[in-house]
Amino acid sequence: MRLAARIAGIGLVGPGLAGWHAAREALAGRVPYAGAPTRLAAPEALPATERRRAGRCVKLALAAGLDAVAGAGADAGALGAIFASSSGDGETCHAICETLASDDRLISPTRFHNSVHNAPAGYWSIATGATASIDCLGAFDASFGAGLLEALTRLAVEPEAPLVLVAYDAPYPEPLNGARPIPDAFGVAFVLEAARGAGPSIAVDFTGEPAQAAAHAGLEELRRTIPAARALPLLELLAREASGHATLAYLDGLSLRVELAQ
Amino acid sequence: MRPLLISAATLATCLGRGIEATRAALAGGASRLAPCRFETARLDTFVGEIEGVDAIRLPAALAHFDCRNNRAAELGLALDGFDAAVRDAAERHGAGRIGVFIGTSTAGILQTELAYRRRAGGDGALPPDFDYRHTHNTFSVAEYVRARLGLAGPCAAISTACSSSAKAFASAARFMEAGVIDAAVVGGVDTLCLTTLYGFNSLELLSRAPCRPWDARRDGISIGEAAAFFLLEPRAPAAHDDPDAVWVLGAGESSDAWHMSAPHPEGRGARQAMEQALRSAALEPDAIDYVNLHGTGTPSNDAAEDKAILALFGDAVACNSTKGVTGHTLGAAGAVEAMISVLAIRDGLVPRSAGTRVVDSALHARYDIGGGRRRIDRVMSNSFGFGGSNCSLVLGRGGAPA
Repeated sequence: MRLAARIAGIGLVGPGLAGWHAAREALAGRVPYAGAPTRLAAPEALPATERRRAGRCVKLALAAGLDAVAGAGADAGALGAIFASSSGDGETCHAICETLASDDRLISPTRFHNSVHNAPAGYWSIATGATASIDCLGAFDASFGAGLLEALTRLAVEPEAPLVLVAYDAPYPEPLNGARPIPDAFGVAFVLEAARGAGPSIAVDFTGEPAQAAAHAGLEELRRTIPAARALPLLELLAREASGHATLAYLDGLSLRVELAQ
Repeated sequence: MRPLLISAATLATCLGRGIEATRAALAGGASRLAPCRFETARLDTFVGEIEGVDAIRLPAALAHFDCRNNRAAELGLALDGFDAAVRDAAERHGAGRIGVFIGTSTAGILQTELAYRRRAGGDGALPPDFDYRHTHNTFSVAEYVRARLGLAGPCAAISTACSSSAKAFASAARFMEAGVIDAAVVGGVDTLCLTTLYGFNSLELLSRAPCRPWDARRDGISIGEAAAFFLLEPRAPAAHDDPDAVWVLGAGESSDAWHMSAPHPEGRGARQAMEQALRSAALEPDAIDYVNLHGTGTPSNDAAEDKAILALFGDAVACNSTKGVTGHTLGAAGAVEAMISVLAIRDGLVPRSAGTRVVDSALHARYDIGGGRRRIDRVMSNSFGFGGSNCSLVLGRGGAPA
C-alpha cells in the first residue's frame, strides 16, 4: 500500500493555536509555544438560524475546515469532505443524558439533531453549499488516522475530486469528562488533492513502529491527550518546511508512516 | 466501482435471527413491530426489537465491551457461520488485510443513559464500572467486531445517522480499490436507546401505530434495531463459486446542503446519490428491477424521495419500503436493507410493504404495496440521514468473473 496526496491547504484550531498561519511559528519552534484555552466562534458562513444552533464541535470543525480551504484558495462548496472525530458533541450528549435521567424526559429537538456524529458535516454542507459526499467516522483515539486513510483512499479512487479532511475533538463536560478526559478543543484540517504539481506532498503506509512524539513538550501533551492532535508531528514537519517523515499513532500496535516531501 | 462479492452475510432484526428467519418473515410479509415496552420508555409508539438481546453474553476476554449494542453485534456475528467465514478469509488474505467498517448512529449510548441515573450523590461522577470507550463511544462496536473476529487491519465506525451502514459499503469498496485491504467486514449495528426514542419523539416524528410508508395517512417512523454483517471480497474464492452470488455493483453518496433534520423538498441529494450509484455500477435506470426505498413513513421524507425517484426513473421501476416490517433501524438500516435486497434477488421476491394500506395520491412513484414473486437481477437500496447525508447502493447478480 502507498497512498499519496498533495497538501493544498492546512487549517488548525487548538489551545494556543489560532489558525495555521499564526500557529506555524510556534510549531516550527521559532517562537515558544504558549498554551491558552481554545477560542471558538460560530462561523459567519452559516445562516443565522444554524449559527444560533451551532454547538461547540460544529464551531470547531468549521473553523479548522474553513482555515484550510482559505489557505488553499479553494471553493469549499466544490470539495468533498471527511469529518473524523472520536465522538459526537459532548455538551449536547451530556444535556440529553441529564434530561433522560430526570423525571421530565422532554429533550430539545435541536439538541437531538445536534447529537448525531455527523452534525458538523451537516452544518458544513449548509454553510458551504457542498453537495458532494461527506464521510463521517470515528475510531476513538485513532480517529485522525482513520480519517486520513479515508481521505487518501477516496483520492486514490477519485483523483479528480479534491477534498477537505477535518479531524476535531472537544471535551465532554463532567461527569463524562471524568470517564473520557480531553483537555481542550483541537481541530486540524487539510485540503488534499491528487499528488502532482508543486507544494508539499505526503505518502502514507502502515508501520509497526511506535508513534513519534511532538518536539515541544506542551504540544506533546496535546498529542497524547486529544485524538485529533495525533497529527502534530506532521504539522511540526510542515511548519518547518522540511522534508522527512512523521510516524503517527493509529490503532493499538499500528502506526501510520507519513513521508513528507516539500 | 469494481464489483464486490458478498461472500458471507447475516443479520438479526425483529424478524428473527439469521437469514432463514428473515427470509421466512419477508415471505410471510407481516410486520413484527410491537408496542414499545423498551426499558423505562413511556411512549405511545411501536418498535422493532431483536428478541433475546439482553440474554447474550460476550466472550470473557471481551467482557469489558458488554452493553446492549455489543450484545446485538455478538448475536449477529455468530449467525449463519459468519464468524467462521471471516476466519477462513483471514487465513486466505491475512488478518491485517481485512478491514472493518461498521455503521452506527448511537453505538452503546444506552450505557451512558443508564449510568447517568447512578451518578455519585445524584449529580457526581459516573459509576466506576462504566466503561466509556468500550460501550458508549461511536467506535466501540467497530472495535468489538474487529477484536471478536481477530482482525488486524484498518477499522472505523461510520456515523452519518441513518445512512451510516450504507456508506460503510462505499468506504470499504474504496479501501479495496485503493489496494489497502483485500477484503472487508461491513455492517450496521444500532440498538434501541432512550436518546433516539425520546429524540424522534421531540421532533414529533414517531408514529403511534406501526409505520405506514407512502401511505396517505403516514405519520412518522417506528424505530427498530438490528445487527447486520457482510464479508466483501473483490473476487470469488474458488471454494465459494456460487452462480447465484450477489455482488455490490455500485454506490453513490451526496449531501443535501439544506437542513439538519429535514430532507431537501425536491429530493435533490437523494437523486444525486441514486444517479451516482448507477454511474458507479455503469448501469442505466432501466437496469434496476426494484428499489428498496428509504421510505421511513414521515410525510416529508417520503414526499422528497418520491420526487427523486420520479425524476430519475419516472414510474417505470417498482419500489417500496420494508420499514413497516423491520422498523427503521437507523444506522443499521443500510446494511439491513442491503440484506433484504440480496434476498429479493436470490429468492425472486419483492417484499411486501407492511403497514401501507392506501398509497398517498400525492406520491407518483410505482409503489408496490403487495410485493410478489418474480425474477429480480438488480436492486437499488436507498438510505438517507440527518445532516442531509444520502447513500444509494446497487446490488445484483453478475459481478467480475472469478
